[in-house]
Formats: sequence, C-alpha cells, structure tokens
Amino acid sequence: MIKGMAEKIGVGLLALSGTAQAAYQWNLPSPVTHVASEIYDLHLIMMGIIAVIFVGVFGVMFYSIYAHRRSVGHKAEHFHENTTVEVVWTVIPFFILIAMAWPATKTLLELKDTTSPDITIKATGYQWKWGYDYLRGEGEGISFLSNLTTPQDQINGSAPKGEHYLREVDNPLVVPVGKKIRILTTANDVIHSWMVPAFGVKQDAIPGFVRDTWFRAEKEGVFRGQCAELCGKDHGFMPIVVEVVSADKYAAWVGEQKKKMLAVAEDPNKKWSLAELKAKGEKIYAANCVACHQASGQGVKGAFPALDGSKLVNGPRGRHIEIVLNGKQGTAMAPFGKQLLDTDIAAVITYERNAWSNKTGDVIQPSEIKSARR
Amino acid sequence: MSAVIDTGHIHGGHEHHPSGIMRWITTTNHKDIGTLYLWFSFTMFLVGGVLALGIRAELFKPGLQLWHPEFFNQLTSMHGLIMVFGAIMPAFVGFANWQVPMMIGAPDMAFARLNNWSFWLLPVAATLLVASFFVPGGAVAAGWTIYAPLSTQMGPGMDLGIFALHIMGASSIMGSINIITTILNLRAPGMTLMKMPLFVWTWLITAYLLIAVMPVLAGAITMVLTDRHFGTSFFNAAGGGDPVMFQHIFWFFGHPEVYIMILPGFGIISQVIPAFARKPLFGYSSMVYATASIAILSFIVWAHHMFTVGMPVAGMLFFMYATVLIAVPTGVKVFNWLATMWRGSMTFETPMLFAVGFIFVFTMGGFTGLILAIAPVDIQLQDTYYVVAHFHYVLVAGSLFSLFAGFYFWVPKWTGRMYDEKLGKWHFWLSMIFFNVTFFPMHFLGLAGMPRRIPDYALQFADFNEIASIGAFGFGLSQILFLWIILKVTVLGQGEKAGQRPWEGADTLEWTHLPSPAPYHSFHEQPVVK
Repeated sequence: MIKGMAEKIGVGLLALSGTAQAAYQWNLPSPVTHVASEIYDLHLIMMGIIAVIFVGVFGVMFYSIYAHRRSVGHKAEHFHENTTVEVVWTVIPFFILIAMAWPATKTLLELKDTTSPDITIKATGYQWKWGYDYLRGEGEGISFLSNLTTPQDQINGSAPKGEHYLREVDNPLVVPVGKKIRILTTANDVIHSWMVPAFGVKQDAIPGFVRDTWFRAEKEGVFRGQCAELCGKDHGFMPIVVEVVSADKYAAWVGEQKKKMLAVAEDPNKKWSLAELKAKGEKIYAANCVACHQASGQGVKGAFPALDGSKLVNGPRGRHIEIVLNGKQGTAMAPFGKQLLDTDIAAVITYERNAWSNKTGDVIQPSEIKSARR
Repeated sequence: MSAVIDTGHIHGGHEHHPSGIMRWITTTNHKDIGTLYLWFSFTMFLVGGVLALGIRAELFKPGLQLWHPEFFNQLTSMHGLIMVFGAIMPAFVGFANWQVPMMIGAPDMAFARLNNWSFWLLPVAATLLVASFFVPGGAVAAGWTIYAPLSTQMGPGMDLGIFALHIMGASSIMGSINIITTILNLRAPGMTLMKMPLFVWTWLITAYLLIAVMPVLAGAITMVLTDRHFGTSFFNAAGGGDPVMFQHIFWFFGHPEVYIMILPGFGIISQVIPAFARKPLFGYSSMVYATASIAILSFIVWAHHMFTVGMPVAGMLFFMYATVLIAVPTGVKVFNWLATMWRGSMTFETPMLFAVGFIFVFTMGGFTGLILAIAPVDIQLQDTYYVVAHFHYVLVAGSLFSLFAGFYFWVPKWTGRMYDEKLGKWHFWLSMIFFNVTFFPMHFLGLAGMPRRIPDYALQFADFNEIASIGAFGFGLSQILFLWIILKVTVLGQGEKAGQRPWEGADTLEWTHLPSPAPYHSFHEQPVVK
C-alpha cells in the first residue's frame, strides 16, 4: 500500500519536473528481498512522521516570523518559561521515538537471523576485487575471483561509457532464486564492505574475522552493488554483481563450473608454451596488476614501480616469483599466492618477463610455482 | 540576564603590548588570542574548502578527469581532518576566548600564558598536516576516521597526520582546562552558574567533553603509530589484535566530538535569538539540562557509527534506542528557540538570519540523523552519500552557520564598527541556497546506493552529482564574499561606528558594561550581577 503510493508520488514528481530523466532515483532501490522491503517501508513510515513534524515545527516558526515581527508592529511579550509546556514537549517526543524504533526492532531481528541457510558462500575482500567460495549447499567447492571489467579507456574518457559502467564484473556471483543464501564476509588486507542495496545487505568484511549476513532473493535478475568501506586506491572500482537465476539454470551453472574446475585441476602437469602463457598472462595482468603497474608496465612515478625494464623482472626468476607469491611488506604489493592459481601466477610472471621491452625469453611452468610456494 | 546592575567605571584603551609581529607571538590577552584563533580557523576553512572543491570538480562528471584515485582519497581525508580539527574546533575556541571572559565579567582567561601556548601549537600542527601532501606517498588517504588496518598501510604522510592530531589534541585539552577554570573561578560576583549566559554554559560542558575524549583519540592514534612502526598488533588480527577495536575507540572519541562541534553553536544561537526577538530566552534551565543530557548521552551511542561491522543484535538494539533518545533533548532545544521567537518583536539582521537558517537546516540534519539511527535503515545508508548529506547538514548548516551568526552578532563589539549589512544578507542567502543545492541531492544519491569516498561512479548517479558540484562551487565562492566582509570591518576599518549596544535586545555583560570596541583590558574591577 504505502509503497504503491510512494511510487505514484515519485512518478508524479518526475512528470512535474520537465528536465527529469530516468536516471534520477529518489528513493531506495526497489526491494528484492523481504528484509529489503521491510527496510523500504520503515524508511517511508519514518519519512511520513518526519514530514508531519516538519510541517508542525516549521509551520509555527514561519508563522511566528510572519506575525511577530517588529516591522508589523508586534510588541514583545516577556514570558520565558512554562513547566507544563516543557514537560509535554519532552515526554511526547519520547513516545514518538519509541514508536519509531519499535517496528525497527522486528526487522533488525529478522535481518540478523542467519540461521539454517540453503547455501553458504564466503565473500573475501581483496584490494581491489571480491573472491567467492561456495562453502556449503548446492555448488559446494566452487571458487572464483570477481574483477571489474570496465575497460580503462572508458574510465579515462577516451571511450564512451557502457550501460553498466563500473558495475560490471568478469565472474558474477550466481545464486538460485527463493533460497536462503548466507554470505560470510572476511578480507585479505583491509576492511571492505559487501553491499547489494536491492537485497538490503551491507556487511563489513574484516581481515582476520568472519562476519555473516543473508538474503533470499524473490526475483530473478542481475543486481549490482559495490564495496562500501574505504579500502584504498581502487575502493571505487570493486563492484559486486549478483545474478539470481532459476533453480534449473543454477544447477546448469554449477555443472559448468565443476567442469571448469576439473580442467583447471589438470593444468599443473601440463607443459605450457611461451605463447600460451603470455596470452593467458596478459589477461591475468589486466585483471590484477594494471591498477598499479599500468598497462604500459610503467607504473606510477613515486607510488608504484615500473615493471618495464625493471631490475627485478629482468633478474633471477626465483626472486620475481617470491615477490608475486608473497607480496612485499609495507607496500601495496599484495601476496598473490593466496588469490591466484599456480597456472595464473606462472602465466603472469612469464608475461611480465616477456612484455614491453623485457625480453628474457623465460618460460615459467606452473610446477615451478608449486614448488616455490612455502 | 536582564538583572544586571552597573558597578565601577570602564577602563579606556590603556593598551600595553609590544607592537608588530611580537604582539601576536607573545600575547597573553584573551582578545588577541581569540583573534588569532579566528583568523587561523578561517584560513584553514579556506584550505579545507579548496580541497572540497577538488573533490566536487572530480565528481562533476563520471570518469576520472583530474586526479588519480589515490590523490582523490587524500583530498577527502584531508578535507575532513582540516575542517574538523583546523576550522570548526579552533573557531569555537576563538569565540570562547573573546566572549567567555567578557560575558562572565572576568578580566581575562585564568591561565593567560597557557592560552598563548595552546594557540601557537595549532599552526605547527597545521603545517605538519598540510606538509604531508608533499612527502612520498602523499597525505593521509584513509579517511578522516583513519580506520586501521588501512591506516597502517600508508606512507609517512600518515605519521605526520598522527603527530598533527596529537598536537591539536594537546592544544584542545589545554584550552579546555583554561576555559573550565575561567568559568568556575572568574565569574563576576553574583553570577551564579544558573545565571550564566547560555554560550558560557555550552562551552563549560563542551570543555569537559574535550578533556574526556581527546586522550581517547590520542590513545587510538598512538596504537596505530606503534602498529605501523614498532611491531605491535593492536589492530592486526594476524598478531592477535582486532581491526574493529580501532573503530570502537575512535568513535568513543568521535561521537562526543560531533557534539563538541555543535554545543557551542547551540550556545551562540541561544544568545542571538533572544536578542533579535527582544524577549528573554524561553526555558533557560531546561536548555542547560538539555545540553548536559546531550553531552552525557554522547558517551553511550558511539557504535551507531558501526552498525555494519556485524555486532550482536542486542548491541545493535541498545545503540539504536540510545541514539533515538538524543532527539529528546535536541528537540527541547529547538522548541525552546521557537518559543523564544513566539510573540517576540523580531527583526532580521544578518545574525538573526543565520540563526533562523540554522534552526531550519540543522533540524533537517537532525531528522536524517533520526533515520540513520534506525539500525535496519542504517544498514542501507551506512557509508553512502546519505551520511555525507546528514553530517554536512549538522556540521555546515549547524556548526558553520552558528559561527557565522556569532561573527555578525559580536563583530561590532570586537571592532567597534558595524559590518556591511547588505553584503551580510547576500552572504546569508547565497550560503543558504548553495548549501542546499550542494547537499540536498546527496540524500538521493545515498538512497540510490552511491558509496562515499569514491572518485568515480556509475552512470545512474551522474545527474545529482552534477547539481551537487555546481552548488559546491557556488557555496565556495560565497565564502570569498564573507572574506571581503571580514576584511572591510576589521583590517580596512570601514563601516559605521557601533554603539555600546547596537542590538537593543542583547543584555549580557559585554553589551551592558563595555563600550564598542571592547577595551584591550576589560573588567579590571568586576561588575556585580544581581
């Protein structure tokens, strides 16, 4: 009821303002879960109460400004206290406030109830991407990283921006409709926050700790959010995309992922060629390294070192592997050993050692990475 | 405060002080130090404002146009730190220095040399803070809240920031001790606590808040410092610490801090409204009790800044209910101001315009505060532009507008000249309109889910960001007008001469007992208040 009315008012407002475009969004996104619609209604009820108080309080104030001016000849009276009035306007707000908080209590209890989920997924915040591990339920064992796919030239303005600019990823989180999905959040480096407004979900991801939240999507579709806690340089560039699909589609997706995982699992024994590794490595580099070291390999002066012509990259391979695997303390260089597979690391190192003006000709096999892991 | 009888004579301008720069470096005079504080804070206000315009320029259009993301983060972080610690807080201390002794009939502050020292620490701290832009890695980029472990990752700019905060904290504590001692010991005979002007009351309570929480901040940032350099793990889970503990400690400081920035503003408004309504303040004692209640409640609501960290549900409920309760004493204040205006005989010179404007926009910030207090709704709005809108409504429209009101109200007493009324009114209307153009659209951005502290955003947020950026530049330029108004009435000495009591409704001691401008040394003999 309330929602319907609000939508009508919203449409009315849009129609009134001549310049209005579809892009103006005046309220919370349309809710897709029960909790989100509870929050939506709570917010509307609060706005209603506030609107009434607003009209009351400022009605009095502006009437007084209009009527009790010296320029209209109003003479000041000299009353300066009235115990009854003062008690009334202390006690009544108290009860209004309790009345506001009371319905919120119920929603809060529901929102915090993460028990008996159908599927449990761990979301890990990395600087600057999300990683997902399906821990329990259908799809158990699936695991992948989710990177921003918006190309750099759209961000720089040298290409037109796409429809889902900054809110598109290579691997979205896929979940079935109507199931209770519990999200465990944690982080690898600093605090991040996992937010999907349409679900009414926002949960900080804290390094070294596991926190949880949940949602049960009532509609199929693609829902977008992004990291909500400042986490450094590319805080604005780690979106969250959730695809809610039917049970059948979900089962098919799980099958596909399992196949992919098998393929990946076979990889370590395979001998890769330089060209294969370079091609794969370029993709890995684009997803994980360009943010700092740049596509040109030149880095950012004073902040992130260049890889093109770098002593480290052109030096002994052991040291290079170690840095990529374990990161560098006290800098933004993350330990990628925790995030990437042996093949990925082998590929990206091979790429770095043979890209730009670097011509070492080295081919690093996944097996070499495996043995280098501590 | 109308029950004041005159005693004794007023001293003329027997000014004994060195001239030139040494006057300002060595001064122990509360009026000189007040002036220093005000100029310092206005300078920092302009610096912080330039940073804000840097932010809004980048956000005018989607895409990265002007800054690297890491520099953008420095802009937002330093804007916050400079405005909070460099602009708003010192400005209120400046008002306290000028006004508290004159309003209680004291010759000066209790500890005159300490006063000098607490001011001169500030330029040192500000230099450290601003200089951090030029060290490798740049300035603080972890937000003004410097949450660990992000703040343990930064370069030496963070260390400079931490030292600057330590020094500013020391300055605040010394200033507070001075203000408390002055108020408790140097009141004119007959001025009981419950006869003190409300501005003095609000500062007394604020000073206690400062003494209580600045050491807490110092503790938190010292732990960050040792985590960074000495191998401790206070906030590092791998070493047995807890990143969330930083937030608990920070907000135990941070929430009282927001009241530190608004309570003296309440005090100023409580002086201005009765003066221009020509009617005594309604509900004086309930105003005092409301201020004290807000201060006490401020210690038990800190975790409402942290509803998304994953607290137990009982904790969330406690902090939600405690937080909504703050609306009770705050409401009492607003009602009392309205009742003071009611059936008065109002005129609307610039101080009154800013005071009424304050009530209007500050109350809107209060409303959004109420919405944010409701924990489930806060889950949607936490860390979005809604929060940015909310705290700018209470900090700009609240603290800053009250400072403007106070400046226009008291500048005749300070300089002996009236400010340019026409320009003052322009300043009010421009500030008021552009403020709302800037910050009102941010509510919608937050509702739609745009996170704070991002240098680039999805296309759905483009239109409101454009409006906000236009408003921000308008607001920024309006403050250049304010600079001109200040220069005219102070340095250039223009404007008609002000009488002892240019506002007929003003009845505190500085208006009833001291000429304009107030003599360099006032109240050698204390007046008697009946």
